[in-house]
Amino acid sequence: MLKIENLHASINGKEILKGIDLTVRNGEVHAVMGLNGAGKSTLSNVIVGHPAYEVTEGSITFNGKDLLQLKPEERAHEGIFLSFQQPVEIPGVSMVNFMRAALNAKRKYQGLEPMPAGDFLKLMREKRGIVELDSKLTSRSVNEGFSGGEKKRNEIFQMAMLEPLLTILDETDSGLDVDALRVVAEGFNKLRTPESSAIVITHYQRLLDYLKPDVVHVLIDGRIVKTGGPELAAEIESKGFDWIIKGEIKN
Amino acid sequence: MKQYIDFYSEVRDTLAARSCDEMNACREAALQTFAAQGFPSPKVERYRYAKVEADFSPNYGIALTPISGQLPPYCFRIADADPRARILYNNVADASDSIVALNTLLSVDTLVVHVPQGVKVEHPIQISNILKGEHDTMVCRRILIVMDELAEADVIITDRAASQSRFLTNQVIEVVMGDGSHLSLYEIEETHLLCTRYGSVFVRQGRNSSLHHTSLTLFNGHTRNRLDVQLQGEGSEVTANGCVIADKMQRVDNNTLIDHQVPNCQSSELYKYVLDDSAIGAFAGKVLVREGAQKTVSKETNANLCATRSARMYTQPMLEIYADDVRCSHGSTVGQIDEAALFYMRQRGIDEREARLLLKAAFITEVIETIPLESLRDRLHVLVDKRLRGELSKCEGCKLCK
Repeated sequence: MLKIENLHASINGKEILKGIDLTVRNGEVHAVMGLNGAGKSTLSNVIVGHPAYEVTEGSITFNGKDLLQLKPEERAHEGIFLSFQQPVEIPGVSMVNFMRAALNAKRKYQGLEPMPAGDFLKLMREKRGIVELDSKLTSRSVNEGFSGGEKKRNEIFQMAMLEPLLTILDETDSGLDVDALRVVAEGFNKLRTPESSAIVITHYQRLLDYLKPDVVHVLIDGRIVKTGGPELAAEIESKGFDWIIKGEIKN
Repeated sequence: MKQYIDFYSEVRDTLAARSCDEMNACREAALQTFAAQGFPSPKVERYRYAKVEADFSPNYGIALTPISGQLPPYCFRIADADPRARILYNNVADASDSIVALNTLLSVDTLVVHVPQGVKVEHPIQISNILKGEHDTMVCRRILIVMDELAEADVIITDRAASQSRFLTNQVIEVVMGDGSHLSLYEIEETHLLCTRYGSVFVRQGRNSSLHHTSLTLFNGHTRNRLDVQLQGEGSEVTANGCVIADKMQRVDNNTLIDHQVPNCQSSELYKYVLDDSAIGAFAGKVLVREGAQKTVSKETNANLCATRSARMYTQPMLEIYADDVRCSHGSTVGQIDEAALFYMRQRGIDEREARLLLKAAFITEVIETIPLESLRDRLHVLVDKRLRGELSKCEGCKLCK
């Protein structure tokens, strides 16, 4: 589904990603772990096409398409969804209008007519239930006045509405209490299909206990230095990153 | 300037014949004021952001057409209005102002809206000004709104242009609000790039009266709006809001004065601008709290969004306080499109143009949401959306635009 090769990317002239290779197949969940500043969020931002980042070398293909040639909105239409580490508040834009614009933009890209208003509201109600999002929240402006946990649940709600093929969870667990984490993770799991994949960026094992990744990568200083199975996450949880960093220096 | 004075001497007799005593009685003084001062230069404080000389210099034909046809309820030609209302003509307006003087000099008729004591007008009174004609035309319009004690009404005044000529409008609205009266006054401009508008509103409020004034500039050429409110009766309240959408080379200047003359009054102002391309916006709002006007509560906010680097906004919120027991605040901001919000929306699949449009509409929404009249609120959301999409709306069901 997603194939990243020798990806180099920089922001304001500073190189953050220094040659990433990563392949995610249909149905797989990949975890990307690493310390602050390793380039985890840069990786997710580059995949979704954040304009602040410049790709200096390498390629990203998504279901055979050259992703780097596509605008952020086109990447979204192709089925890539980023659950933001810090979801943005947009005063004055209602959740309903926001989701309707997003959903109908995707339908237009797919050559479909806009969804009738009745069907759309029904869909909103149905998907809201998955992450136990209060109807009061969906009648407000986007993320405005939402608590940290509500914002993350709102991200998963939007994912439910848009049914992406590849979801990137960028530190979705940060700032969540145990109960909110469970609701978000279970919501995410309910939405998975045999075809859909995910990249989960996190510092901690906790979220991965719920999401059960197939592959775990360790990102250090802009490179993936270690790749393993779920046991690697457990090892990091108990031993930290130091042993990997030391091993990396030795090599 | 000379062209207007010359014109007046040519048409003096025609004007006098077509007009009424109350209006004719004010012309000589207006002529003297106008001749002595000419057009205000940008050195005049309240005209700092206007280009009056340039706006008035083209050689316009001047319309001298009295009001005709069937008028809605509570609306009269001044000659047919209640004498108690008629004597208020030119009583509230700032007669020392050149633009007002020019209007007083050349206006041929006045539309009087008079709501008698205790009457609650159920349906909004809508006054549509439609500029039409093949020739470049200047129009001097005059409206006098008299709200007797405890009267209530909504008045919507719209400015449109039905032909692509150059138009210059000089409009003066005087409002006298009796004790306990309520008025919602809306001014909506949706003209075109060749239209210049000078709009002046002068309000005098009695005890416990409340005014909700909203000024919306959705499409224009050059616009200069002035709003002066005198709070003369204790317990009176004014809300003065406005929103502006301007792009290309459009220019919009709002200049307000809220004059707290007595204790226990409240005023609130919220003006928001969305400026695109090379549009220029200006807002200068003064809140004056006079000596003895204790317990005044006043809030003034001007927030602006400059969507491009070439759009410019001048903002000048002012507070002048001569009382010591008041609660007043004022502030202004100028910002750009929120890039984080823009990217968030694009990541969800909303294309950049649409996302920018939604953000601009969202910025204005706050002003529209303050409008008490629900049907107008809904209509304005649609108009704002259309405007931002570059679709000029047609007045639905109007013969002239069909």
